[in-house]
Amino acid sequence: MMLPMVTAGEVAFWVLAPVMILGAIGMVLLRKPVHSALCLAAVMICLAVQYFSLNAPFLGVAQIIVYTGAVLMLFLFVMMLIGVDATDSVVETIRGQRVAATLAAVGFVILVVLAAGQVMIGNKLPLSSPELPVQLSTFQAQDTIGQIAYFVFVRYVFVFELTSALLIVAAVGAMVLAHRERFVEKISQRSLAEQRMRRYAETGEHPGALPAPGVYARHNAIDAPALLPDGSIAETSISPTLAARGSVADVHQIAAAADRVRAAIDGGDPIITNHPGAAALESGPAGTAGELDRGTGTPDATEPGPADQRKDEQ
Amino acid sequence: MDLSHTIMFSYAWLLIAIPLAGATILLLLGSAAKKWGHWLGTAVALASFVYGACLFAEMFLAPAEQRATDVPVYTLIDVGTWHVTFGLLIDQLSVLFILLITGVGSLIHIYSIGYMAHDERRSRFFGYLNLFIAAMLLLVTADSYLLMFFGWEGVGLASYLLISFWQERPAAAAAGKKAFVMNRIGDLGVILAMSLLFTTVGSVQYSEVFAAANRIPVATATLIGFFLLLGACGKSAQVPLQAWLLDAMEGPTPVSALIHAATMVTAGVYVITRSGAIFDHAPAAATGVVIVGTVTMLAGAWIGTSKDDIKKALAGSTMSQIGYMMMAAGIGGPAYAYAIFHLLTHGFFKANMFLGAGSVMHGMDDDVNMRRMGGLAKFMRITTVTFAMGYLAIIGFPLFSGFFSKDHIIVAAFGYNPVIGICAMIGALITAYYMTRMMLLTFYGKRRWVEPQEANPNRLPVRHPHESPLTMTIPLIVLALFSIGAGLLMNHWIGQWLHPVTDPAHPHEVTFGEGLIEAFTNPLAWITLVLVAIGIGLGWLVFGRNRDIPLEAPRPNLAEQIGRNDLYGDAINNAAVVHPFLAGTEGVAKADEGIIDGVAVGSAGVIGGLSTQLKRAQTGYVRSYAVTMTAGVIVVGLVLILGQLA
Amino acid sequence: MSPENYLILSAILFSIGIFGVMVRRNALVAFMSIELMLNASNLALVTFSNMHAGNSGFVLDGQIFAFFVMVVAAAEVVVGLAIIVSIFRTRRSASVDDASLLKF
Repeated sequence: MMLPMVTAGEVAFWVLAPVMILGAIGMVLLRKPVHSALCLAAVMICLAVQYFSLNAPFLGVAQIIVYTGAVLMLFLFVMMLIGVDATDSVVETIRGQRVAATLAAVGFVILVVLAAGQVMIGNKLPLSSPELPVQLSTFQAQDTIGQIAYFVFVRYVFVFELTSALLIVAAVGAMVLAHRERFVEKISQRSLAEQRMRRYAETGEHPGALPAPGVYARHNAIDAPALLPDGSIAETSISPTLAARGSVADVHQIAAAADRVRAAIDGGDPIITNHPGAAALESGPAGTAGELDRGTGTPDATEPGPADQRKDEQ
Repeated sequence: MDLSHTIMFSYAWLLIAIPLAGATILLLLGSAAKKWGHWLGTAVALASFVYGACLFAEMFLAPAEQRATDVPVYTLIDVGTWHVTFGLLIDQLSVLFILLITGVGSLIHIYSIGYMAHDERRSRFFGYLNLFIAAMLLLVTADSYLLMFFGWEGVGLASYLLISFWQERPAAAAAGKKAFVMNRIGDLGVILAMSLLFTTVGSVQYSEVFAAANRIPVATATLIGFFLLLGACGKSAQVPLQAWLLDAMEGPTPVSALIHAATMVTAGVYVITRSGAIFDHAPAAATGVVIVGTVTMLAGAWIGTSKDDIKKALAGSTMSQIGYMMMAAGIGGPAYAYAIFHLLTHGFFKANMFLGAGSVMHGMDDDVNMRRMGGLAKFMRITTVTFAMGYLAIIGFPLFSGFFSKDHIIVAAFGYNPVIGICAMIGALITAYYMTRMMLLTFYGKRRWVEPQEANPNRLPVRHPHESPLTMTIPLIVLALFSIGAGLLMNHWIGQWLHPVTDPAHPHEVTFGEGLIEAFTNPLAWITLVLVAIGIGLGWLVFGRNRDIPLEAPRPNLAEQIGRNDLYGDAINNAAVVHPFLAGTEGVAKADEGIIDGVAVGSAGVIGGLSTQLKRAQTGYVRSYAVTMTAGVIVVGLVLILGQLA
Repeated sequence: MSPENYLILSAILFSIGIFGVMVRRNALVAFMSIELMLNASNLALVTFSNMHAGNSGFVLDGQIFAFFVMVVAAAEVVVGLAIIVSIFRTRRSASVDDASLLKF
């Protein structure tokens, strides 16, 4: 008993065909468009391999370059533009659409397979090669690229030129379609500066940069507020977001740690004790943080009081 | 050789262009011409008359064989062998008409200045009158049936506009519409006659048609003759298309005098006289003309005896007198000239009487009912005298114009057929009777109205009759003079003058011999005179002798009843034409609604219903469409595969 | 190797593409399904080309056709995606069901 002879093309087909079908099904069924695009990319690369095995290396390369390289990237770009993390709802809104679609797809498969089978079995198509013009004899028989060049630039040159026109029209059309009219004046540096100065004149808002966060010996992260010369806290030195979250570092603790060290060294009292600005900063963000954290439900944040005490105890 | 090379004749189109220009100016300017429009209208009519008189003088002085002149004006169609030219034929016949139309027309223009003095739209009235003059001149001077038809329609239009001039009165509007519609039936006859002439002769030029008249098959010629007669009946208010004329009296009185007595209604007589060559060739059609003329003559006289409305009585009389003319035109031969003779004299005396009636109405606050008049002779002397001249002329009082013209017709009728002759004589008797009645009721007898300051226990109409202004009385006087003298003037002359037109085959044989002396020596003339006297006597017996005339018409006898209802002309028309036509129309309308609309609406309904159902498939969802398309592809593919397998 | 297998594969891919167009509401995925259909038809064209070439390998019309299909598809993608972007800009949605104004 001999094993049937298996060619590389057959192996490629039987390996790749299930992958392609699965990829296609995945493309249709996956809920995230990005996943769909990746599935499609897989199908297309497999298809390129199939082209190679079908004696169409040029098309195989073109498939990878044009489709997987250009078209799918374009898809991904658009996906980024319109929201990459959107997940499609699976609820069908049109009544009977799924059943009808399934029926139609299955019916279509049966129809096409029937037609293909009939073509093969009936053998109605002429399989002999039509006469080719003499020019082709100048190309080598196995030179696929040369043959393609002949077909594209000699036999179908008019169609080729038409496609170039089509591509130009498509490019222009895409630009026209995606172009957005600007309805307001573009904001320039000068106008921003003027705006800022006007605000200063009207409301007294500080026109310059905000103060940087505080830099301490043991702590230089942005959650530490800076101190003003009088020892009070500069509120604007902290990002409002951090203040809203309540994750503002306590300057007293930082100072207390330093004091302890200094005390250990000198045996003296801490310099900074209770001053009014620190109390305000503590109570303000704490109230807001309580409200915010109720949603997330983390036990630490719900009661900032004990957390602070715990830190104090350290 | 003719006169077309002379300056007057080569510019003959001015004759028509002048009044047409007047009409255009007046109608375009509208109320802007209010102050002077009547003067312009009258001036162009007079200018036209002067031009016509010059033409007449030139023709009168020219030798007889040079008188008929065809003036080319415009080439309408010149394709291959088909030439249609517009030209003016000014010959002995049409020049008489020109004089009548422009002469009487000018007098009536002058009269209208006074008569329409208080009308807001007087200049428009004069515009319409000018339009009428232009159209009527075109009608009589055209050298082809086609061009004549332009004028024919033009006078129809002017008549329509003028009858319903007081369009705010429903009766006037309806009368105008009625005249227009009934004339249209006659127009159809003229169109058919022209078409027949064109197919048989190949031309509608008078000269070519009459030259070829003898070669037309008799049957065709008879048909053409009857079609022309139909046209003449419509335009000249002859039975059976007579009904519009009486209603046309709703128009202003000068209109009645000019259009519905002197000129337009005689257009039918003109056409039949002009087409004499055809009627000579078709005796049956000529006999038809005689019969129509006779019947109308008697019918008109009958109506004239029983109407209380002075204008309607005169309208009946007009019908009757045109019947005489038609009768003469149908008899043919020398009687063509009698027809035209009577036409001219009638144009004078009937216009005179209509204007007189208008003058009476003017003095009587536009009342037309003779039963509410009486004894006006004392108040309106000029009107009375001029009206009396017309009266004497129409009844055929010796030496007055009607005497000559009518006696000729009666004699000719006896020569044609004794029955027709007797009818013509009876007509003369009835004419004398109803005209006497009109005179007595209007101008003599007891006053059936009161002056404002008198006591009025019987509630008689309060009037203050007065003589009309000079603009109105001068035309009356001129026309009265013509009523007296026109007959005497033309009696011996008109036959010879018209002979080349009425008998072109024998231009040098003058058979017309009936003159002044014959009118008195012919026994028929004496018998007619006796009959006329009897008629006058009857009228005197019934309405004279200061009898009491009831203000409201007493219960009429049968004959009167019929006469008052216009011989039931409207009823006959309604029963014979209008009702069947309306029924047919209703049937057609029903069929239209039921069958045609049914099919249309039904199919629309089916489509609409289907669409209402199908549009539900139009959900707007692209995905649904995709399913449908796929299903369609599957169906088509299956059909193809099954077709391959089969 | 029989071309039948390739053709059946092509048919299946094409039908999956059709199914995707009919089922997915996301315009991008529907568009990808269309691309899948184009690719499936390209596969059939290349198969036919190979089938007719026989051993000589001279008939490449099918391949050229597939090549032109690619070009046209590229043009179509450019325009189609531009349309999707402009629709998204105005409606804030890339669902094909939301653009259903053209109905009775």
